[in-house]
Amino acid sequence: MPDTGTSDAFVAFERVQKSYDGETLVVKDLNLTLPKGEFLTMLGPSGSGKTTCLMMLAGFETATHGEIKLDGVSINNIPPHKRGIGMVFQNYALFPHMTVAENLAFPLEVRKIGKSEREKKVKRALDMVEMGAFGGRRPAQLSGGQQQRIALARALVFEPELVLMDEPLGALDKQLREKMQFEITNLAHSLGITTVYVTHDQTEALTMSDRVAVFNDGRIQQLAPPDELYEAPQNSFVAQFIGENNTLEGVVTEVKGDVCTVKLDDGEIIEAQPVNVSKVGERTRVSIRPERVEVNKERLQEGAHTLKAKVLEFIYMGDIFRTRLSVAGNNDFVIKTRNAPDQIRLKPGEEIEIGWLPQDCRALDAP
Amino acid sequence: MTDATGDGSQSGPMLAADGTPLKKSLARALRMQKMRALMLIAPLLLFVLVTFIAPIADMLFRSVENQIVSDTIPNTTAVLEEWDGEGLPPEAAFEAAYYDIFLAAERKEHTKLGTRLNYELTGASSLFRKSGRGLDDIGEVYQDQFKDLDRDWDEAEPWAELMGDPAWLSAQAAWTKGERQPAFALRDGVSDILPKTAREYAVFARYQQTEENKSPLKEEPWTAVHTALYEDLKAGDLSGYTGPRAEMLKAADALVDSPDFETITFQAGFEDIDEDWLAPDIWRTIKLYSSSYTSGYFLNSVDMQLTPDGPEARPENERIYMLLFQRTLFMSLVITFSCILLGYPVAYILSNLPSRTANLLMILVLLPFWTSLLVRTSAWKVMLQQQGVINDVLVWLGLVADDARLAMINNQFGTIVAMTHILLPFMILPMFSVMSTIPHSYVRAAKSLGATNWTTFWRVYFPQSVPGIGAGSILVFILSIGYYITPEIVGGTTGTFISNRIAYHISSSLNWGLAAALGAILLAVVLLLYWAYDKIVGIDNVKLG
Repeated sequence: MPDTGTSDAFVAFERVQKSYDGETLVVKDLNLTLPKGEFLTMLGPSGSGKTTCLMMLAGFETATHGEIKLDGVSINNIPPHKRGIGMVFQNYALFPHMTVAENLAFPLEVRKIGKSEREKKVKRALDMVEMGAFGGRRPAQLSGGQQQRIALARALVFEPELVLMDEPLGALDKQLREKMQFEITNLAHSLGITTVYVTHDQTEALTMSDRVAVFNDGRIQQLAPPDELYEAPQNSFVAQFIGENNTLEGVVTEVKGDVCTVKLDDGEIIEAQPVNVSKVGERTRVSIRPERVEVNKERLQEGAHTLKAKVLEFIYMGDIFRTRLSVAGNNDFVIKTRNAPDQIRLKPGEEIEIGWLPQDCRALDAP
Repeated sequence: MTDATGDGSQSGPMLAADGTPLKKSLARALRMQKMRALMLIAPLLLFVLVTFIAPIADMLFRSVENQIVSDTIPNTTAVLEEWDGEGLPPEAAFEAAYYDIFLAAERKEHTKLGTRLNYELTGASSLFRKSGRGLDDIGEVYQDQFKDLDRDWDEAEPWAELMGDPAWLSAQAAWTKGERQPAFALRDGVSDILPKTAREYAVFARYQQTEENKSPLKEEPWTAVHTALYEDLKAGDLSGYTGPRAEMLKAADALVDSPDFETITFQAGFEDIDEDWLAPDIWRTIKLYSSSYTSGYFLNSVDMQLTPDGPEARPENERIYMLLFQRTLFMSLVITFSCILLGYPVAYILSNLPSRTANLLMILVLLPFWTSLLVRTSAWKVMLQQQGVINDVLVWLGLVADDARLAMINNQFGTIVAMTHILLPFMILPMFSVMSTIPHSYVRAAKSLGATNWTTFWRVYFPQSVPGIGAGSILVFILSIGYYITPEIVGGTTGTFISNRIAYHISSSLNWGLAAALGAILLAVVLLLYWAYDKIVGIDNVKLG
C-alpha cells in the first residue's frame, strides 16, 4: 500500500465536505492523499459524490468545508484556469469550431507559448496518441475513439502534472473501451503524471488503477489496490459493488482469531474469515466469490467446507459456465466454472454438493 | 456510401429480387411515400398559393406591365412606331389619336390612360381629361354641315341602312330588349368605298351593342363617324354608287367637294383643345410607353427615367427612392445591431439560469409579444415626445432646458428606439435557443486548459453562439427592412422607410406599378442579403430552435 502520509502527498483532500443545498452533504468528511505519479480511480454508483470530488479538485465546485491541497499548497481559492490541471471530460468537450490542431494549441496559446514551440508540442501530442494525420480535421469528422484520443492529447499537451478524467470512456463501445483503457494507463505511467480517474465501471477501475477509491453515500468505502479490493473487500457494499458476489446471511456464533463460525438462516453452520464482525450474536453477511466455489468433489481441497445445492439454471457463456444454484435458501447463488475439457456441465434440477475454503469466505457487515 | 455494389459479382445496374433495376423499384417504393407527403401538405400548399403566392406574383407582375397604353390607343401607338421622335408627329398620328381617344372617352378610359402617362409626364392627366371633352368639337364641324344638308345624317336609321348588312338590319329590327343582340355586320362592299366610315361606324355599332346594350337602329352615330365620312368623301369618288341611300350620300359627296365646305385638320383640332398637344413631349412619352412591358417603373424606383436616348438619371431635386432605400438599409442595420447589443447579454443570462427561473424571465421577454403593436408604438410616442415623460424628467432634473427639449420622436432616433424594442424578442429567442444547446463542459474545458474568463468567452463560447446571432439578425433585419406601422407612426419625415412609400403608392397615389417595382427591388435586396449571408455564415448554421 503506498504511503498515504500527507508529507509527500501531491494531492490531498483534508476533511472536505460539500453540500449544494445546505441540507444534505454530497461529500461527507473526505480525506484522501495521492503520491506523485499515482493512477487513482474514484469508483462508485451515480450520486455517490465521486464526480463532485473531481470537480472540487478541478476548481469548478468549491468545498463547503475542508481543504484541498496540490503539492502542499491549498488551492481552495485558486480559480480553475490557474490550477494547471489537465482534464478530460465525459463527452470530450472538444471545441467544435476549431480543428484538432487548434484545439490542441488552445492551452498553449493561452499560456502565450510561441508559434513554433506550439506547433512542435501539438505535433508531439498528436503523435503520442497516434493521431498525427488528423490535425486539420474538425472534431465532428472524427469517430468517438479518435475524439477520445484528441481530448486526451489536449489535456496533456501543456504538460500538467495532474490529469483528471471524468468517465472519459463512457461513450465508447466495449472493444474500443478496452483498448483505450490500456492506452491511457500506459500513457499515464510512461509520462509519470498523477491521474485521478472517475468511473462507475468497476472493470475499468480494476484494470487501470494503482489504487481504487470506492465511493458510496458521500464517503470512501474502501481505498485499496485492485487485487486487495476484489479479494479482500472491507464491507458488504464493496463486496457487492466490485465483481460478482454470493451472499449468505446468518448470525455469528463464535469468533476465534481469524476464523469465525456463522450459523446461516437455514440452520447450516459454516466457517468464515471475520472482516468486520467482532462479537457473537451479530448478524453477518458472508461473501463468497463465484469462481472460488468448487463443484467437482475430486478437486476439493482439504479443509473445504461443503454444502448441498440444487441446480436452477445453467448458462453457457463460451469461456466459462455460469450456473445458478439454490444454496442455504439463497436462490441467486452463482458459480462460475472454466470451460475445460474435463469440466462438469450441470443440468437444472440436479442435486449436487459444492464446497469452498473458509479463507475465501468473508464475514462482512449486514446492512 | 455512394457506390453500393451489392454482391460484387454482377456488372451493370443492381437488380432487385424480382429482376427490375433496383433504382426503379426504389423509386416506386418512395413514390408512394412522396404522394402521401404531398397529400398531407396539399391543403396548406393550395391555401398559400391562392392567398399568398398568386397575389404577390400578380402584384410583382404589375411592375413591368404596361398594356394600358397600347390597349387604349392601339392605332396611335402603331403610327408613332414609324415616327422618329423629332419635332411633331405626322398628321396620321393626330388622326389615329383622334379616333382612339374618342372611343376611349366614350368608354371613359381616357382618364386612366392620362393617369398612367402622368406618372411619366406631369400634366398628361389633365390633358387627356380635357381632350375627352374637346374631341367632339372636331366632329361637330362636319356633323353640323351634313345635318344642315340632310337631317337624315343625324338620324340613326339612315346610317344603319347605309352601313349595315340587310340580314343584320332585319334581325336587329326584330330585336327586343332582354334578348341577345344580333352581331353587327357591315354591308358587302361598303368597306371598299367608305373604308374609314365603315370602320368607325362598326366601332360605334359594336360599342352600342355590347357596352351600352342599345340598338344601333335607334342611336344616332357619334361625331367621329361624321369625321370619318368627310375623310372618305374627300378621298374617294362615289359617282358610281348604287346602294341604299345613294342620293343622300351623293349629295354629301357634292357638298364636301364644294369650296364652301368648312374643314379642320386633326392637328388644328388638337391644338384647339390644348396647346400641349403641339409639344413633342406628350407624343414622345406615348411612343416610349407604347410597348406592352416597360422598365419605366423600375427606372423610377431607382431615380432614373426612360428617355428616347435610353435610361438616364433624374435631376437632383427629383431623386427620392435611392435615399429611401439607403435609409431603410442603414436604419435596419442599426436596429439589428442594437438588438444584438441588448439581446446578447439577456440571452446569455437566460441560458445559464436554472430552467425554472429562465422560464419566468422568458415570459418577461415575451410579454411585449402579447401586447398590441400599436399600443407599444403609441407608448413610445408618449415616452419620447417633447412634452413626454422622458423630456419632462430631464427638464425636471435640470439636464435639459425647458425651451430646448430633445426631439426624440418623428425622426430616425424615434424609429430606431421603437423598432429595437419591438423586434428585440426576435433576436433574443433564437440566441437563447442556440446558447442553451452549448454544453457547459466547453466552458469548463476551456478554463481547465488555462483560459481566463474573457478568453473562454471570446474564443470558445462566442463562436458557438454565432449561429444564434446570425439567425436573430436575419430575422430582425428582414422584419425591419419591410416594417411599416412603427415608422409610419413615429418616423415623421426623416424616419420613414421605403415600405411607407410603397404603402403611399398603393393606397394614395394609386401608382401600383411603381409600388410593385419598389416592392420587387426590396424583395430582391432581401434575397441578395440572404444569399450573401449564406455564402459568409452558411444558412445551415442558423438555428431557430
